[in-house]
Amino acid sequence: MTPDTKRERLALSRPVVGAAGKTGTWRVFRPVVDKEKCNECGLCATYCPDAAIDDDLIVDLGFCKGCGICANECPKKAISMVREEK
Amino acid sequence: MDTIPEIPKEEYILKCTSACAGCSDSLALRYVLKAAGPDTVLVVPACCTSVIQGIYPNTAFNVPVYNIAFASAAACASGMSNAFRAAGKKTNVIAYAGDGGTLDIGIQAMSGAFERGTDFLYICYDNEAYGNTGMQRSGGTPLGARTTTTPTGKTDNKKDIDAIIAAHDPPYQATACAAYPQDLFKKVAKALTFRGPTFIHILAPCPPGWRYSTEKSVEMGKLAVKSGMWVLYEREYGKLTIGAQSKAAIKKPIPLEDYLAPQGRFKGIDPKTVEILKQRIAKNLAKLTAEEAAS
Repeated sequence: MTPDTKRERLALSRPVVGAAGKTGTWRVFRPVVDKEKCNECGLCATYCPDAAIDDDLIVDLGFCKGCGICANECPKKAISMVREEK
Repeated sequence: MDTIPEIPKEEYILKCTSACAGCSDSLALRYVLKAAGPDTVLVVPACCTSVIQGIYPNTAFNVPVYNIAFASAAACASGMSNAFRAAGKKTNVIAYAGDGGTLDIGIQAMSGAFERGTDFLYICYDNEAYGNTGMQRSGGTPLGARTTTTPTGKTDNKKDIDAIIAAHDPPYQATACAAYPQDLFKKVAKALTFRGPTFIHILAPCPPGWRYSTEKSVEMGKLAVKSGMWVLYEREYGKLTIGAQSKAAIKKPIPLEDYLAPQGRFKGIDPKTVEILKQRIAKNLAKLTAEEAAS
């Protein structure tokens, strides 16, 4: 048995980015950050379940599912959820 | 232990799992893996975590994961841990199971592994029902909560799995909540320093199952702790320490209704049931406070 066919039989998954597709397409509301109000505390990135907010507090809209936890937990209310255009 | 821990920037879950928006299981798992690091194997029985990994042959989890049948997570982790130790490896073995896989179906294998003194960490993330099959009642469902199999509210109490674990006398056990990721990180990092079986019970609020809107996941976890419905504590070699957040909740709890009202699963709950829940909370808090004072 070649290593390739063996892998098939083991039903082995490999880690890749986008294993569940571009989950950003699920989004109904998009987080919009008001940079004026933001004091860069980073709580949004801490609480993001999918780690879609990076160290520079930029939201990765390709994967953000739009749950809104960031907007709800922001102590400065600097994030608002805006409906996506169709 | 009150300093804010340095949480590593590395993510071991790649973008993005197929978890529901606002899933607190993926939030908890992020911090569990940050605390455990790359030399970790997850053993996952049937639960939400086994379905959120992505679509075969791809996975979003950047650590080795072994998916196994419902009843056998702890048995498998036990064998895996023994094999690693026999080979002289220090690899962390973490069984990561839901409340169904811990409180109901997986309990005998887990009890066995704890009795044998397996060197592993068993994590139960508790969304208080069978989430990925559409919210059927589990042993973890609290009294009065509606699920698809208890449409008028559950008539039985939540099983106290932490007391069952405590009876096995493990070196370390703790409760945590996905709404307090720093606390969770600290507890997982601490649990992995012990040799022998350790247990962490995480409350993981579930937006579709508990019927609240997705942005309230963290808020709901905090309300659970503030109302005393969920108590954060750790028990190290039998010595109990109640967490600061829960101590504040014991001194000055918020009304239980503030926690129940936003959740659709408690809609139309009978005031008598709320009263029973309140009595149970008071009894549990009194028991834990007394145990802490005595230890």
